[in-house]
This record gives sequence, structure tokens and C-alpha cells, in this order.
Amino acid sequence: MNAAVLKKQFESELGGLLDWQSRPAPDIVPTGIAEVDGAIGGLPRGSLTEIFGPASSGRTSLLISILATATARQESCALVDAGDAFDPASAEAAGVLLERVLWIRCGHNAEHALKAVDLLIQGGGFGLVAMDLGDTPPAIARRISMVSWFRLRRAVEYTPTVLVTLARQSNAKTCASLMLECARERVTWTGARPCSRLLRGMSIRVARRKPSATGAAHVLLPLW
Amino acid sequence: MYCCLCGKDDYGEGKLLALAFEFSPIVERTAADAVTFDASGLDRLFGLPQDVAAAVARRAAESRVKASIAIASNPDAAICAARGFSGVSMIPYGDEAKFLGELPLGLLAPSPELQETLERWGIRRFRELGALPPLGIAERLGPEGLRLRELARGEAERKLLPLEDAARFEDEIELEYPVELLEPLAFLLARLLNGLTSSLATRALATNELRLRLRLENRETHERTLRLPVPSLDAKAFLKLMQLDLEAHPPQAPIVHVWMGANPVKPQAAQSGLFIPVAPEPVKLELTLARIKAIVGENRAGIAERLNTHRPDAFRMMECSLHVGQAGSLQRVVNPLADGAPSGPSSDRSHDRKGVVAGISKTSHNRKAGQGAGRGPGGPPYVLRLFRPPRPARVTVAAMGPSYIAAENIRGKVIELAGPWRTSGDWWTLDPWLRDEWDLALSDGALYRVYCEPRGWFVEGSYD
Repeated sequence: MNAAVLKKQFESELGGLLDWQSRPAPDIVPTGIAEVDGAIGGLPRGSLTEIFGPASSGRTSLLISILATATARQESCALVDAGDAFDPASAEAAGVLLERVLWIRCGHNAEHALKAVDLLIQGGGFGLVAMDLGDTPPAIARRISMVSWFRLRRAVEYTPTVLVTLARQSNAKTCASLMLECARERVTWTGARPCSRLLRGMSIRVARRKPSATGAAHVLLPLW
Repeated sequence: MYCCLCGKDDYGEGKLLALAFEFSPIVERTAADAVTFDASGLDRLFGLPQDVAAAVARRAAESRVKASIAIASNPDAAICAARGFSGVSMIPYGDEAKFLGELPLGLLAPSPELQETLERWGIRRFRELGALPPLGIAERLGPEGLRLRELARGEAERKLLPLEDAARFEDEIELEYPVELLEPLAFLLARLLNGLTSSLATRALATNELRLRLRLENRETHERTLRLPVPSLDAKAFLKLMQLDLEAHPPQAPIVHVWMGANPVKPQAAQSGLFIPVAPEPVKLELTLARIKAIVGENRAGIAERLNTHRPDAFRMMECSLHVGQAGSLQRVVNPLADGAPSGPSSDRSHDRKGVVAGISKTSHNRKAGQGAGRGPGGPPYVLRLFRPPRPARVTVAAMGPSYIAAENIRGKVIELAGPWRTSGDWWTLDPWLRDEWDLALSDGALYRVYCEPRGWFVEGSYD
């Protein structure tokens, strides 16, 4: 007797279709940027979210905003910094409560970062675990095998942790539940050259690439 | 329930007592070769009385104590059984007379006159004395005879005369052969840890600090201290933490002696709430952190704390002793690990945030937008990604400022720039700093912060 026959028997006994394969919708947490939340709906817990884009595309600002929102919720967060690029001053100015963020500096070693993330997820208890591969050269980031990404995806599954990775290009591919692509649109300068010229900020575009390539947000990022 | 340990102490007088104190705070020094302790309550830790006896026997074997062990409902029955039978003896409640019946009367150490009288009567064993009528014994032998009869029947009731508990939670092992590898050392550490944690558990205590002292073959001493954020009794976690610590700080010579001590504290009792956000379990987190530090380095995992100075990238890594606070937060202890930049003398931190440093204030114009909650008119503030260390750059300077930049993985013509913003500080110390900063948009599309100081040009980071 195979599974289909058993299912039919159950359904006939219970008088309705059995929905035993669909999963409950994951809990969603906000990114802290109203435009992005409105367009993509937020970040799912228990899933891998990938943020990617070129340098100066606002991807770090998005990650810092996610960190700030998570720490404001009194959650314990971990930032695994492969490139040692985290700036505590910028983060604090963006509203991140530094005392709630465990910062792991991997000294430009992506392999160490992967191991650290794996250990943190296995240890449990974190509301957000972020892995920053933003300065890792694409050739090295691509060397991370799909098995490693799959392992991370399975490790974070059914946990209340939001796992976010940041890179120059998409690496996790099918293992990511949500992929956000950042792109810069316009840089705002004000004042006259030379002495009064000021960098005011930048507007970026955050587009969802997965699960469906619909939804994009335009965000203006002022310089802190 | 009482337990008696009777045996020779080949390794010094304290072994039997130390073993007894591992299981109970109420210990009587019954004789030079015997100690008795109150074992009531141990069943909650170990289970049935036979499990208690097995635990005592196992620990005695680990401590190399050769002793006969007896458990009975009263101390004198346990003492008689331990003296009379070798190995482990369990005397069921009510069967004391039957169990002890075959033992010789000499075990009770009667006075010579009384022993002579009893021998003349032909009474040589416990059973024979116990069968005599108490009234007749009292008439003929007096109170001492009556007392001997009670002992022979295993019915004597008395309180122990407890020794004062030294409350020293420490143990040591002298090794016959030096240990060179950490793996065999782990077995010895496990033995010591199991003893210490069971000793703490019997007194309803836990520990937040473990001290390890290794005497080495070259006569040096290697000491390590393991501090925990919360009191715990998890011997497995302690062992793993010690292993990781010793892997990071290995002894320089083979080990000939191991000493371990625990700091006794009250165990933590915390009530968690339904609506408190999840937080990492403290001991588990400590273990995770130790594993991560073994991978990335000792000073590279922790909580960042900004220093009270205007010097750029000035922070220090704090020891991440994260434990669950009232709101499930991570908390830190004051134990600096490493600084991001040398700190200058203290100045008002609020100054730093308000931005005026020296010369032209860049922050007074530029950095106000995202202060406070970090929200400007649009999204979050645009943050800086730092290059650590800053990348040395070759810069072509034109009339308006830099016109071309070349650094590691960065190369391009300057499309737009703002600056210079001159900052300086710590000029009153031996380590002053002075720099002119520019915000640049390069032809590769990215935005960078570069600065010029007496040593040359550097790219500090990119706005991202």
C-alpha cells in the first residue's frame, strides 16, 4: 500500500483533503526601512536571506538597518565579519545597540566566517545572525560549495533565527529563501566646489530576486 | 541512611575523608581507618541505595582508595558491616541483626573483662549476643553489656559527630608518567571535573570559576583559569572549555601533576518569561565562543565598545560574557580584549557625536542627518565599510584635490569630491594624529573616504 492510497483512505475517512505537505508561513521581521518592508514584506525567520550588490550600493546600510531593528527588539544578534569591515561608529549612529551584537572578526577569511556562522546557528538563541562577505572577492565567495550553503539553510530551518548574508553577488542560489539585490541610483552632493561641497547621501534600489522577481523599493540613504 | 568507608589510606590521611566529603557535608572520623557519613538525600541524586553505593565505589576506585563500603540505616551497623565484610555491603532496613549475625564479637571492641566473661559463656558472634535477653544482660553485665547487645543486633541509634567541612573544592592527581598530549590529559581532567561537580552538587552549589594548575616536567607551573558567566555544574561543558583553552594555550612541557580547584557559588535560579526574546544559553554560548575563538583568534570575537576619543576607528573588543538579563539581552563584562585604535585621553563622548573635532568640522555638516535613532528623511543612514588596515594609496593631486586614486583593488578617476575635512587630536600626547579627509566618487561608481596624513595617502573605507 503506497502513500497515495493511504492518503486517499485518510481523506475519505476525514471527509476532506489533507494538507500535510504545506508548511506554515514563516514569521516575518521588518528590515527597519519602511519602503523595503512595503515592497518585500520583511525577512523570514528560520530562512537564509541573501543581500547582494556592488560596492556602494547600500547593501551594508540595509544590513545595519536590519541589525538596528533586531537589537531594538531586544534580540541577541551576531555579526560574522569576514572582511573586518564593520564600523562601530556608523552602526551606533544608525541605531544599533552595540552591546547586543556579538561581533566576530574573521580577518579576511571566508572559510572561518562560514564555520563561525555554523557554530552560532548550532548554538542557538540568536535572533539574527549576519555574515558579511561584502569585501570577499567574488572568486573566493564562489568557491563556497553549495553543500555549505545547504548545511546553513538546514541548520537555521525551524529556528527563530534570521540568517542574513551579504556579498557582492548571489552565492547561495537555491538555498536562499529571499534574495535582495541592491543597486545605487543617484548620489546627492550639495554646495559649491571646493569648500562647501558635501556628500549628502545616495538613493538606492532594493529589488527582490527570489522567491519572485517582483517588488522593488527606492530608498534615500542620507549620510550619517 | 549512613555510609561507612573502612580501609587503609595509602596516599595520605586525607583521602578517605576527602572522598566522604565529596558526598556529604556530615562526616564523622570514626577511627583512623574508617569514616562514616550521612548519605540521606543522595538517593535523589543517584537513585536507589545500591546506586549510591555504586557511585561511592566508583569514585573510590577513581581516587585510588581501597576501602570496604557499607550502607545501613544507622551508623553503627554500617561501621560493623564495613569492618566485617570486604567490598560493598548493603544492609536492608530491619535485617541488621540477620546481616551482622555471623560477625565476631571482637569487632565491637568490648573491654577485656567483658570479653573474657562473654567467652566463658561461649558467646563469640553477634547473633549469639543478640539472642540473649536484655534484662539478664543488664543485670549481669551492666550498661556496657546492654550497649554491646544493641550494637550486635544493629539497633543502636546515635548521631554522627561531624567534622567541620573544610569546603575546599579541589582535587589533584600525581602522575606516574608525564603526559605530553592533550587527549590523555582530557581523561584526567574529566575525572577531576566529575569529582568536583558531584561534590558541589551534594552541597547544592555550583561554580563560576575553575582553576587548573599543571606542574610540568621542567619544574614550571602552567596555570589556567576558566571563568563562566553564570554558575553551572555541567562537567561536559567544563571539559570542552578546558580542552579548547589548553589547545589555545598549551603547556610548554610534559605534565607530571594536575591540580584543579572550583570556586563554590550558589546556583543561578532564573525565571524565564513567555514574552522575553530568546537569548543564547549562557554555558552553551561560552562553549560556542570558545570554539569560534579557536578558529578566528582569541581577541577577535566579542562586543565592540567605542572609546571615549575622537580618534577614527577607536573601539575595543570586550569579553563577550553574554548572559541572559531581564530582557534576554547580551551583556558584557569589563575585560578588554583588544583595541581597534590606541585610545587617547578621555574627553567628553558627547562631543564626539556632536562632531566638532578640530579645524573645519565635517561632521557638523554631514553627519547630523542620521543621528539619534539613525533615521533621516528617507531610509537609514548611509554607513561606512572600513578597510582594516587602511589601504595605502597613490594619489594624483590636481588644483581642486585628488584627481586619480590607485590602491589595492581600487583604481579610478575622481568624478566628484568633497573636502578636505581636517581633523586632529591627541596632540598633547606622544601619539598625536592629524589628517585631511575627502569623500570621493570614483569612476568605478563607488564612494570612498580617503585621507592624507604625514605618512601618506590612505583609503579608509567605502560608503555602502
